Amino acid sequence: MTELASSVAPPNPALSERLKFYGIWIAVALLLLVLPKIFGSGGALTTFSLIGISIIFSLSYNILLGQTGLLSFGHAVYYGLGGFLVIHAINIIGANKLPIPLPVVPLVGGLTGLFFAALLGWVSTQRSGTAFAMISLGVAELIASSALILRTFFGGEAGISANRTKLFRLFDWSFGPQIQIYYLVAAWTLLAIIAMYALTRTPLGRMCNAVRDNPERVQFVGYDPHVIRYLAFCFAGFFAGVAGALAAINFEIANSAYLGAVQSGTVLFSTYIGGVGYFIGPIVGAIFVTALSLSLSDLTSVWQLYFGLFFIAVVTFAPGGITGLLMMHRPLLRGGTLGKVLPSYLIALIPTLALVAGLILAIESIVHHTVNPGDDPNIKAFGMSFNASSPITWIIALFLIVGGFVVARETWRRLARAWDDALTVAHERGYHA
Amino acid sequence: MISEGWCVVLELIVISTLNGVLFGMLLFLMASGLTVIFSMLGVLNFAHASFYMLGAFFGFQISRWVGFWPALFIAPLLAGALGAAVERFGLRRVHRNGHVAELLFTFGLAFAIEEIVQIIWGKSPVDFRIPASLDFPAFRIFSTNYPAYKMFMLLVSIAIFVGLLVVLKKSRVGLIVQAALTHPHMVGHLGHNVGRIFMLVFGVGTALAAVAGVIAGPALVTQSNMAALLGPILFVVVVVGGLGSLPGAFVASLLIGLVQTFAVSMNGSLAGAFGPLGPDYAQTWLSDIWGVTVAQVAPIMPYVLLVLILIFRPMGLLGTRET
Repeated sequence: MTELASSVAPPNPALSERLKFYGIWIAVALLLLVLPKIFGSGGALTTFSLIGISIIFSLSYNILLGQTGLLSFGHAVYYGLGGFLVIHAINIIGANKLPIPLPVVPLVGGLTGLFFAALLGWVSTQRSGTAFAMISLGVAELIASSALILRTFFGGEAGISANRTKLFRLFDWSFGPQIQIYYLVAAWTLLAIIAMYALTRTPLGRMCNAVRDNPERVQFVGYDPHVIRYLAFCFAGFFAGVAGALAAINFEIANSAYLGAVQSGTVLFSTYIGGVGYFIGPIVGAIFVTALSLSLSDLTSVWQLYFGLFFIAVVTFAPGGITGLLMMHRPLLRGGTLGKVLPSYLIALIPTLALVAGLILAIESIVHHTVNPGDDPNIKAFGMSFNASSPITWIIALFLIVGGFVVARETWRRLARAWDDALTVAHERGYHA
Repeated sequence: MISEGWCVVLELIVISTLNGVLFGMLLFLMASGLTVIFSMLGVLNFAHASFYMLGAFFGFQISRWVGFWPALFIAPLLAGALGAAVERFGLRRVHRNGHVAELLFTFGLAFAIEEIVQIIWGKSPVDFRIPASLDFPAFRIFSTNYPAYKMFMLLVSIAIFVGLLVVLKKSRVGLIVQAALTHPHMVGHLGHNVGRIFMLVFGVGTALAAVAGVIAGPALVTQSNMAALLGPILFVVVVVGGLGSLPGAFVASLLIGLVQTFAVSMNGSLAGAFGPLGPDYAQTWLSDIWGVTVAQVAPIMPYVLLVLILIFRPMGLLGTRET
């Protein structure tokens, strides 16, 4: 019997494996601790806090999209409700002088998210696929519109606010300064990442993957896909609630935008751009999208358009997201053939950049003429200065777009061939992943 | 003799029914395209309402240059060509990445179209007017003048509905489309150029949405958020009617059109029916529920209907498909 068991169960990981595994987590924790020492400015701390919140939110979304195959257009409902309840909780705790410190308050948000996911999830998860997507959208609209009607609780357009510093203090932390909020968010982010990673390792996490890949077979094995989808939905709701709670604590306000379609769209964008196929994908996506939206908005006034076009490009050309793209190179790297495709990459990069530059030039010129036609035509975007009215700009833009497109298409074809050759060699050497 | 009070009620009912049927028919103009596209391509076009918006803005721009009547034809053609191009060069490419990628592609497209419309026409409503030749009251019911333009909208949408019905039931293309609704793979196996049919269906579907946009633009508000406002209701229509069912989409369109129009015209609230709450509750969230009027909850009616349908009939009213 023991022999059978040992041959079925995977072997106990070697000491070096375990060191590597725990080493990563310890390294992340240390990084989070020293990060404010390196970038100590107020703006950087705020950015880090936003990224942490976005990481929890995106990972919770990936429990649905990546792990269970449920595309939701209304995940912000649980985020927003968590945020609202936390603001109310802070006000109640503060008014009644209850001995509850701020660090445990995000649990209120999590439980709120869990409660509403449990309430709304049963009907939502009856069906998967497109029907689920539409239902999640409808439910989200229902909640978001109701929030505007129930003014006393949701505060109407203005929202409701709270003062986070008036709570019971532990170790004399007031949570007024941003650095303390950073550590609060960082601690919760680490906890949530560990918890959600652990969830993927449980039998439930594995069954979620099975439901995503083949629900019919899951039924044959004796599980109910509906129940599994429902459980995944509840977990996702819980962590979304935690993220919403941290956001509400960070801003000390909750308003109807928390629940809205834009918020749901943003989490979908960051999760998908990061990559839904790997656990680390949403983390990468959250960091990337938060940083991108903060930096792009400085560079150009129509950053949302670029953002949308970028998303379309990712869906079309890199459905695995950033992590999927990086992980594609793993067999090449291990097989030692990555060097063979690098020249093709460099060649393909030049016309692609030209194409992108032409598009930017054209978009910025059009924006100049439609949004602020009376202004000085010498404009600056992405560090480039040009005259939006001069025909030379238009000719250059057209040339870059057409020429870039034609050349880029050819170079990418060559790259694909070089890639296939390199992959074949890597496979022959025994590296498949 | 009919008393004064009954006249008011009757008037309300007649006007609301007319408006409700009108809104329902407009919804069906879009929902029909969406349903056929979904049934054939297996992708729910998230950007469908965006083509409705594009129709309205194209119509606005073209009617400024050459007048309303040419715009009524040119704008849908333009939007339909754009839709066909989206299918040919976008969706067909994304298809191999799976249905989620297709849905996300149209989602990104809807996002981008809204941004582009905002860049070109701005965020505030544009001045899209009813053509002068239709700017008169068609008839009078009791004390209300019913505008001729609304009758025109109703006639156009009914004409297109009848035309669609004839094409679907009588023509060869219609037969193929009908076959593809239930047995999409079989149609491909029978040797039809599925790719071209898909492109055609996508183009016609988006053009229909654009027609709805052109005729609704002057009557409603032509603004860059009109797609975001209407889109979710459109998806409620196709889910409530049953995904992939054309008759279902028709019934659900009229149902939602009527429900919403009647709700808007009613002013009653629980407080009105049972009296206001005691002073103890006057400042709690309970008072919000108690004091809200039916007209105020009209925007959420479609979603309430959606949840009810999901609980009692998850397939939708006339749906047969599981997913």
